[in-house]
Parts: sequence; C-alpha cells; structure tokens
Amino acid sequence: MHSSTLLIVLLGLMAIAYHFGRKRAISTAGGVARISTLHSLPAYYGLYAALWAGIPALLLMGLWTGFQNEILVAIVKSELPPTLLDGMSSGQIGLVVNDIKNLASGAIVSGAVTPEMQAAADRYIQLNQIARWAMWLAVLALAVGGMAYAWAKTTPTMRARNRVETIFMVILVVFSSIAILTTLGIVLSVLFESLRFFQSISPLDFFFGTLWSPQTALRADQVGASGAFGAVPLFTGTLMVSAIAMLVAVPIGLMSAIYLSEYAPRRVRSLAKPTLEVLAGVPTVVYGFFAALTVAPVIRDLGMAMGLNVASESALAAGLVMGIMIIPFVSSLSEDVINAVPQAMRDGSYALGATQSETIWRVIIPAALPGIVGGILLAVSRAIGETMIVVMAAGLAANLTANPLDSVTTVTVQIVTLLTGDQEFDSPKTMAAFALGLTLFVVTLTLNMIALQIVRKYREQYE
Amino acid sequence: MSTTVDEMSRRTGAMSSAELAGERESRATVGDVTVANPRMVCRGVDVWYGAKQAIKGVSLDIGKNEVVSMIGPSGCGKSTFLRCLNRMNDTIDGCRVTGSIQLDGQDIYDKGLDPVPLRAQVGMVFQKPNPFPKSIYENVAYGPRIHGLTNNKAELDELVSASLQKAGLWNEVKDRLDQPGTGLSGGQQQRLCIARTIAVSPEVILMDEPCSALDPIATAIIEELIDELRANYSIAIVTHSMQQAARVSQRTAYFHLGDLIEVGETNQIFTNPKHRLTEDYITGRFG
Repeated sequence: MHSSTLLIVLLGLMAIAYHFGRKRAISTAGGVARISTLHSLPAYYGLYAALWAGIPALLLMGLWTGFQNEILVAIVKSELPPTLLDGMSSGQIGLVVNDIKNLASGAIVSGAVTPEMQAAADRYIQLNQIARWAMWLAVLALAVGGMAYAWAKTTPTMRARNRVETIFMVILVVFSSIAILTTLGIVLSVLFESLRFFQSISPLDFFFGTLWSPQTALRADQVGASGAFGAVPLFTGTLMVSAIAMLVAVPIGLMSAIYLSEYAPRRVRSLAKPTLEVLAGVPTVVYGFFAALTVAPVIRDLGMAMGLNVASESALAAGLVMGIMIIPFVSSLSEDVINAVPQAMRDGSYALGATQSETIWRVIIPAALPGIVGGILLAVSRAIGETMIVVMAAGLAANLTANPLDSVTTVTVQIVTLLTGDQEFDSPKTMAAFALGLTLFVVTLTLNMIALQIVRKYREQYE
Repeated sequence: MSTTVDEMSRRTGAMSSAELAGERESRATVGDVTVANPRMVCRGVDVWYGAKQAIKGVSLDIGKNEVVSMIGPSGCGKSTFLRCLNRMNDTIDGCRVTGSIQLDGQDIYDKGLDPVPLRAQVGMVFQKPNPFPKSIYENVAYGPRIHGLTNNKAELDELVSASLQKAGLWNEVKDRLDQPGTGLSGGQQQRLCIARTIAVSPEVILMDEPCSALDPIATAIIEELIDELRANYSIAIVTHSMQQAARVSQRTAYFHLGDLIEVGETNQIFTNPKHRLTEDYITGRFG
C-alpha cells in the first residue's frame, strides 16, 4: 500500500464529497426547483465539501510522512538493550541506528549483525507496517470527518461561495509565503555562515585586506597554507570587469534603444528587436567560452602586435563579452522608458520647430533619464552577479591592479572555486564563500532597490 | 444656444424654397471662405489617412489679427485640418495631404520647404497641457534656444519674461521660474504652453481644444488671453464648446464628416446659419 495510492483514494473521496455536497445543498433547499433559495450556487457547496474532505487529510498525510521516520527511530532506539550502546558517542549511536535501518531495508550493513540488532531491525519493520496502516486509517477518517462536517454545515443560508473564497485566499497566502520564507531562509543561512566566518577572520581583514589567498592548513605542519582573506582584490576585479561591461553595454544599448523607438520604421523594428533579444537568450556559458576561446586570444594577439603585455585571461576580454551580454538588457529597459514618454512631449517639441534629434536629446532623454538610470543600475547588478563568463575568461589570480589587460578575479569566480570539489564545511576557506556571497547579495540588493525606486518615481510622473 | 429651432426657421423663411433646398443640403462650402487680408490661404485641401479620406476639399483663409474657430461634431476633421496648417500631420504614419496651403504667399507643402522652421512660424497649443518635464524657465527658453533667437543670457531672460507676461502667467510664476513646469495647475500649464509658443514669435497660433481639460475659471482666463493675443497673431482654434467659439472668435467654420460646411461671421453662424447641418449642430440636434 503505497502512499501515492492513498493520494489517489483521497482525490476520489474529494470528488465524492463534491457530488454529495452539491446534492445535499439542493435537497436542503427543497429540490432543483428551489435552488434560487440557496445563498450560493450548488457547485459552491460541493466545492466546500470537497475542500473540507481534502485539505485537512492532505495536511495530516504530509505531516505524518514527514515525522513518521523520526518517531519510529526514536522508539527503536529507546527499546535497544542499554548494554549495546554503552560508552558510545552520539556519532557511533547514529551509525548503529543506520545499520539497523539498512538491515531492515536489506541493504549492506557495516559490521557483523548481532542478534540485538536483528531484533531491532525486525521491530523497525513491524513498526513501519503499523504506522503505514495507521496513517491510512487516520487520513481516511479525517477525510470522511471533513466531509461529514461540511454535510452538517450545509444549509440554504450557509455562505458557501464566500467560504470557498476564504479557503482559496488562505491557500494562496500559504503558497506565496513559501516563496518569501525560502528567500528569508537563504538570506539567514548565508548570514549565519558569514558570522561564523567572521569569528575566525576579522571583518576588518576581510573588507580591507589586500591579499587574497584562501588556503588553510589541513595539518599543523603544512607549508605555504597560511590563508589570507583580504577581499579587496576581488572587489576591485569585480568592479573593473563590471565597469568595462557597462562601458560597452550602456552606449550601444542606449543608442540602439533610441534608434529602435524613435527612428526605425516599423519593418526594421519588427526585425531588429527580436534579433537583439536573441542575445539575451544565449546561455551565459556560451558567452563564457566565446570570451575565453575567441575574444581573449584576439585581444592578446592584438596587444602583442602593439607591443603590450596582455594576459591571456584579461579583465578586458571578460568585460567586453559581459557587456555584449548586457546590451539587450539595457536596450529593452531604455526602450520601454523612452516609449513611456508621452507622445504629447514629442508633439510639443515638434510644434515649436524642433528637429527630431533636438527633440530626442533635449526633451525625450531628459524626461526618460531617471528610468534609463534605473535600468542601468539593474544592469550593473546583473554584471556584478554574473558568474559564468568571468569564471571562464577572467582568471583566478587575485591581482590588485588597475590594468584591464591584466588578469583579475571576481567575487563570483572565487565563490565558485572555493566551493567546487571536496570541501570541509567548517574551515574558513569554505565559509569565506558565504561572506563573499553575503557581500554580493547586499550590494546587488541595494542597487536593485535604488533602481526600482528610481523607476517607480519616474513612472508616477506621467500617471 | 438660446436661439430655438422655430426662430431659426422663421429667419431663413425669407429665402425661396428652391434656393433653400440647394444651399442647405449641398456639401459645397456655404459662405465666403476668403478674407481681405489673409495670412494663411488654404485651397482644396484633402487629407488621407491611408485609404480613408479625413478632409475633403477644404478651402479656408485665416486673416491677420483674427480668431477663426472651427466647430463640428467629433471626428469631423477639424483637428486634422488644424494639424495640416503647421504640417504636424507629417509625424503621423500614412497621412497624406494634397491641395495648397500658403503662409504669406508661400506654399507650406512645397517640396523645398523645411517643415521644421515652419512650425516656429505657425505655433500650436494642444488639448492637454504638455509642458516639458523641465523648469518653468526652461520650458519657455526651449524654443528660443533651439532656434538661436537670443545672443546672451540677459536677452533670453528678457524674452522668457516677456513671453510669460504676454501669456498672463508672469505674476504667478516670477518667483519660482526654476521650479518644474509640471508642478503648475492645469490652467497655468496651458498658459505656460502658450508662453512657450509665443517665445519663438510665430505669426499664427493653432489651438486644438485648448480649454477642454480645464475648469471654467482657467478657461475664462485663457479665453481672455486669446482675445488679447489677437492684436499680434492670427489664431485658429478648434473647440467643442459653441459658447467658446461665440465668445472668442470673429469667424466660425463648421466642419461635418470631413467637409467644410459653412463659414461666416461668428455672429451670423450662431444666429442665422444658412446650411441645414450647421443649424442642426448649433441648435443641439446632434453632435
């Protein structure tokens, strides 16, 4: 008897509840002819009954499946002979419990099977069986109970329509709080891990130190693993790559937005806009190897030809390609705000004898500027958080440099390198990733909030 | 209008019935479209939006120092015709204008003529006040700046204040010229738009229902202003309010479904319309 069978049975019960709820409403009203005396349409009474039959039972089933195992393990553990666990640490007890579970499910067991363990495993299997039947019974009883409750409640004056409305609202609230709570959970987990990191590394060293070398010693006698967590080179690297990206994306994106919204004939626009948006659809990993394998060598060769010393993984290459990635972002946001400037502004300017370009530069762009700035800030926060391109093209060397031809590394790249591969979960090296992530999160969140505020303010101007 | 239909029919009763039937039903313009001292002369103007004809062979003069009002039911083409006079229709895709429109003897649809400076000569005030999202000062200075009308800041200041004075707004805004024009009240915004138009010293000012978004007090101020502006400019005004047309204009043109039905002295149009459609409209039978 699998729990999915129970789910199907429950759905069946809900259908039955719907049917009977509807019937019941009609009969309490005194037949089909007197349906108009009901407060709500019969279907709402049916829905009301179905929801009462389904939701409490489903909740119980979810809770039961969630907690059943833990309770059973606790029972089995308490019944184990005390001699078996004598002098064991909590970790060792965990191993024994694991063995018992493996034994019960027929998987491989770590040590020799003692009779006590065999007995415990049998007991576990038995308890499991009981629990499963108990769950079936309880869930079905609750479903029938819910149905009965709805049945008893059904009278012609019961406001089934409003009650169904309330139930749906509650369901929607629950689902939306799941999304919000998840975000909150992520933020808190990052925050607490970061706090743990800052217990071993001072925030002063982290935010103002200029040496980044996140190696920690595994053994006391290890050489060259002192560990330095000064994140300044990462911040400057991130800033430089983002700045190069914005230098590429802002002029190109803005100009193309102006052309598309003000000058382009409809045919050109219908072709050019989707083409530009294809750029936004290219996976960032593709941009990444385009940057690493195509752009970076070209830049290096060009630099060499001019007698410059260019690293093969330069900030310039990563920034250029990231800028190309962000172009559609800037252009579509700018186009939206330019289009939002009322036609009356254009008319007013033309009626004074202004040319199209005078109108654009002196009226449209100033009017749209707050929105454009907001869009650019959103693009900056994307650039800062972008990972794939810089992982492939920017390199790992944490150089503190202002030379875009040099190799730099960014916050996101370091998070990736800190967490790929096997890690200890309590070393400062791993937890540095959380501190970096928190910093990144705070910066992009601030940028986004400023940007949204600006965009909103601008929208209000014309509404 | 206080004139009743009965009074109307008594007045027109003097005409012979044949004459009446011919003149009162045709779509050829009734009344004299010319004036003694024209500033703008329009002859046989057709306007097409794609395949749809919005204006059919309209001829009309706009004289110096006069206010011509254009009335008619919604969709009759009066705004479209107004927008022909400064080639604002050029900005609409698929709009085509034929016929001749002259400003001081110069065909404004001439191939060699640049519509951009034309719009400085023939200014326009729109239905909804549309100040730029700039300061009051910058709103007025916008036109003079792009046309290079002044040589230095002092001259520009002078021009801005003169324009605001002519638009009757100076006393209300002289202490806050650096504040945004969008922060003014609707009526003030509309006068700001008029000041902005005056600042580039046009010869003709076109007004497209300039008071329809304003309250009665703001409307009265604007109407008074229009009457003052007549001393220096020719004004063509489109309006939905027949009272307004009667108050501000010397001549009135009645449009109906793209035809110019009747033109005449405002007094005559409102007291003694010659065409049946005009009469129906001003007596409130439709529109």
